Parts: sequence; C-alpha cells; structure tokens
Amino acid sequence: MRNGRAFWLFVGPFAAGLLVFVYVPIGWSLLLSFFDARNTVTPSEFVGLRNYADMLTDAPFLRSLGTFSLFAVFIVPLTFVLALALALLVNQISFMKAFFRSVFFLPTACSYVVASLVWKLSIFNGVRFGLANTVLGWFGAEPVAWTVSTSPPWYWLVLVTLRLWLQLGFYLILFLAGLQRIPQHLYEAAWIDGASRGWQTLRYITLPQLRTTSVAVLLLLLIAAYQAFDEFYNVLGTDRGYPPFARPPLIYLYYTALGSGGQDFGHGSAGAVILTLLIAGVTLLQGRVITR
Amino acid sequence: MKVVRYLALSVAAVLFLVPFYLVLRNGLATEQEITAPSWTFWPQEVQWENFALLFSNPAVPMVRSMVNSTVVAVLQTFGQLFLCGLAGYGLARIPYRYSNLVLYLVIATLMIPAAVTFVPTFVVVSTLGWVSDLRGLVIPGLFSGFTTFLFRQYFLNFPRELEEAARIDGLGHWGTYWRVVVPNSKGFFAALGVIAFVTSWNQFLWPLVIAQDQDSWTVQVALSTFLTAQSIEVSQLFLAAAVSIAPLVVVFVGLQRFLVRGVTETGIKE
Repeated sequence: MRNGRAFWLFVGPFAAGLLVFVYVPIGWSLLLSFFDARNTVTPSEFVGLRNYADMLTDAPFLRSLGTFSLFAVFIVPLTFVLALALALLVNQISFMKAFFRSVFFLPTACSYVVASLVWKLSIFNGVRFGLANTVLGWFGAEPVAWTVSTSPPWYWLVLVTLRLWLQLGFYLILFLAGLQRIPQHLYEAAWIDGASRGWQTLRYITLPQLRTTSVAVLLLLLIAAYQAFDEFYNVLGTDRGYPPFARPPLIYLYYTALGSGGQDFGHGSAGAVILTLLIAGVTLLQGRVITR
Repeated sequence: MKVVRYLALSVAAVLFLVPFYLVLRNGLATEQEITAPSWTFWPQEVQWENFALLFSNPAVPMVRSMVNSTVVAVLQTFGQLFLCGLAGYGLARIPYRYSNLVLYLVIATLMIPAAVTFVPTFVVVSTLGWVSDLRGLVIPGLFSGFTTFLFRQYFLNFPRELEEAARIDGLGHWGTYWRVVVPNSKGFFAALGVIAFVTSWNQFLWPLVIAQDQDSWTVQVALSTFLTAQSIEVSQLFLAAAVSIAPLVVVFVGLQRFLVRGVTETGIKE
C-alpha cells in the first residue's frame, strides 16, 4: 500500500487533470451529440442519432472532408519530397551546414497567424503592390486576386506555399536525424561493390534505411493537414465572415459550434465525435505500421 | 556537383528568408512606401517611430497581449514539465496495481489530437466559468498525454544504478526523483520545455475560442483580429508581427541544440 501512496503522489495530479480536461469533455460531448443543444451546453431534448444523420448528410460537412483530402493531396507529397531533398543536400555538405539547417528551420518560429499576415497582405496581396503581382508586372502580366479569386482557385497556391514554408524545417530535421542513423559502412560496402554514389546508393541504401522515418513523416503530415485551421481562418476569413468555399473540417466545426449564427453544440459535438473517430483510426494505423 | 548543391541550397535559403525580410521591410516603412506602385527594396528612411506609434496606439493592446502570451507560455511550459514529468516517472518506476490501467488511459489519448476536441473542451471549460480567463487559457493545455508518455519512455531508460545509490542513502521515491533523476535529466527537460514553449506561444485555435474579451487576448489572437478586420495601418500590423516573433527568434538562436533534440524526440516515437 505504501507504493499506492507514492504512485498517486506522482501520477495523481496529472491523472485528475486528464480526467477533467480530456475524458469528461469527450464523455460530455458524446452525450450532447444525442441531444438538441442550441446556445446551451446542457442537453435539452433527446434526439437520438439525428445529429449524426444530419451531419453525415450535410453537404457542407462532407465538402469539408473533401477540402481536407484535396489539401492533403498537395501538401503531404510536396512537403515530404522537398524536406527529403533538402535534408539530403544539407547532409552532403560540410561547409555552412549548420547555417543552412538553421535557415530552413527558422520559419518554425513563426505562428500560422504571422505567416498568414505576410502571405495575405504582402506576398499574395491582390493589388498591384503585392510581391507576387510586382514580379508578374515585370513580365507585363496583369495582377491576380490571389485570395478571393475562385476560378481558377488561386487561394490553394497561397495556402499550400504558406504551410510548406512553415512546416518544412520540422520534417527536414526529422529526415536529417534519420540520415545520421544510417551506418556509414553500408555505403562503403556498396561503393566497393561498384555502386554509383548518386542514384544507386539513394535507391538501394538511403531510402530503405529511412523507411521508419518516412512512414512517421507521412502520417504526421497527414494528421497535421487534418487539423488545418489557422491559415485558412486568417487568410480567407474577414470580419464579414468566412467564404463558403475552402472550409476544412475544423473551420466547419468552428463556425457550426461557435459561429455568430448561433451556437449549436448538439451538431458541433456530433461532428467532433465523427472527426475524432476518423483521426483515431488513422493514428491506430500509424501505431500498426511503425511497430510492425 | 558541389557547386550545384550550394547553388540549390542558396536559392532555397533566400526563398525561405523572404518572408522575414518582408516583415521587417513593411514594419519599418511608411504607408506610402508599402503601397507605392514600384517596389522599394528597403525603406528610404527606416521608420523607428513606428514602434512608438504601435505601442501608444490605444486600439491595439500590444503590451497586454504580449504579457498574456508570456504568462500563458511560461506557465504551460513549467506546468507541463512538472505534471507530466512526475506522472511519467511514476508510470515508469513505481510498481502499483493500477499502474497499467492508468498507462492505457494515457495512451488512449494519444490517438486524439487536442485541436479536434476543441468543442468538447470548450463546453467543459465554459461550464467552469473560465471563458476569457487565464485559467481557461492555461490549464486545459497542461495535461498532455503525449508529454507524459515521452517522459515515461525516457525514465524507463534512466540508469537504475543512480537511483539505487540514492536509495541506499535513504531517499524515498520523492527524494530520488528531485535530487537525483531531475538533475541528471536536464537536457531532456530542456528539449521538451523548449518545444512546449514554442507550441504554446504560437497556438491559435484554443486562445481564439476561449479568449473572447480583448483583455485576455494572446498576441496571436490580437494579430489575427487586426489582420481579418484590417482595422490598423499595414506597417503597424507588420511591426506587431515582428514584435510577436522576437521572443521565439531569441529562443531559436540561443537554444537551438535543445530545440533540435526536442523535435526529434517529439516527432518520432521510438
């Protein structure tokens, strides 16, 4: 029993907090998701599975999953390939190695809010003095309304480059750590066997040895894209509200549960439960793949 | 070959630094220079008085929001290290009947990113009356299952001989932890602490949801409000962005060793 006291002395405060701020919210939310709860956080009228049925047939909710998928299709491979390529380059040089690593990592210091500010008001400002439009102007092209034009949807270029800039350094560090764990003797053996230093060693040694890192990076990228909120909210949102397009799941949920059109916690909770189950599925898959 | 490598890296590096250049250029220029039809690479005359204008602008709670962000980030960093460190050690080293049950409850939360459950958390925190309150900003973020799990994995590999020596000297679990384990784990604490600080400083969704009164805004919420409403001068907005990044640039330059370790520790669980 003396161990019991010591155990709770160490674990008790954390466990209590976990209960109150993680398990109670999830439980409460499950409960609310079966009730009507507008502008109140106490369940008022039992509606069974209706909130879920509403969400799963709600076109904007399904479109938000589509928006996430489209975003992921661009941002995941692009970040993966560029982070790996830059990591390989940085790993191969000796002079100024720390300098380049620091430069690529520095954007991680910025918040998505700051990046959105730079992207929206400076680089991709729709007026003539925006940086992108200035560069276009040098070639005689007309200015483009980057964040408000829907055909073609230039806002994707804004959102994808923004996230690419901000998150690339993080994954570059992960790849560099992975590269440093590859035993040097594997390369030496390959060279003795006559493998070329470029493509062959990359294809047959580096990439297979990076398998664990690669799988982890892919899933981390996917989970991060799933939670996209900050840059969408700040680049596309205005004080008059959010446009009807390009709403990833968390944006959709934010405006359903906490938007100015009335707080609907019943539907908001049902949406949160559905999104949680989806992401938990992906994470379980991650555990499977990594421990395999 | 070598030349090509350095050329590619240099081009990429310049592209990566452009946004920082834009923040400084726009923050220190006059409004006319920013909106001029031809690009000025650097303000004709650096407008240092923009600082004074920004901090004296009654519509912009710059000082207040920076103080809020600092208080939140510091409390969350030390609170997390304290709570999750203790819990991680207890789970790793104190054998107890329900130890596995608690561990499973911690691991189960790893599957759910906190951002996805912001609606449920808001429901509970608003019931506690913590909306627009420092407690609402700080406390829900303290109980990170992920940090506890990382601490547990780390303490599992902590050299047992050191702890046994402390036992022989008559220390219990508590004394062993504070006098032997923590002082010998400074690097790990620093690595997780730096990550916690950066994450807390830059977080946006939760403060946006919970800090509804202007007095409780963090600097990210303040910047976002002025960005989406475009209610203040562009140069002041960029200068505010520069001010908001400054503490983190200091962290990045001064503590990069721990930061890199923190990224590799938190990025990939092994």
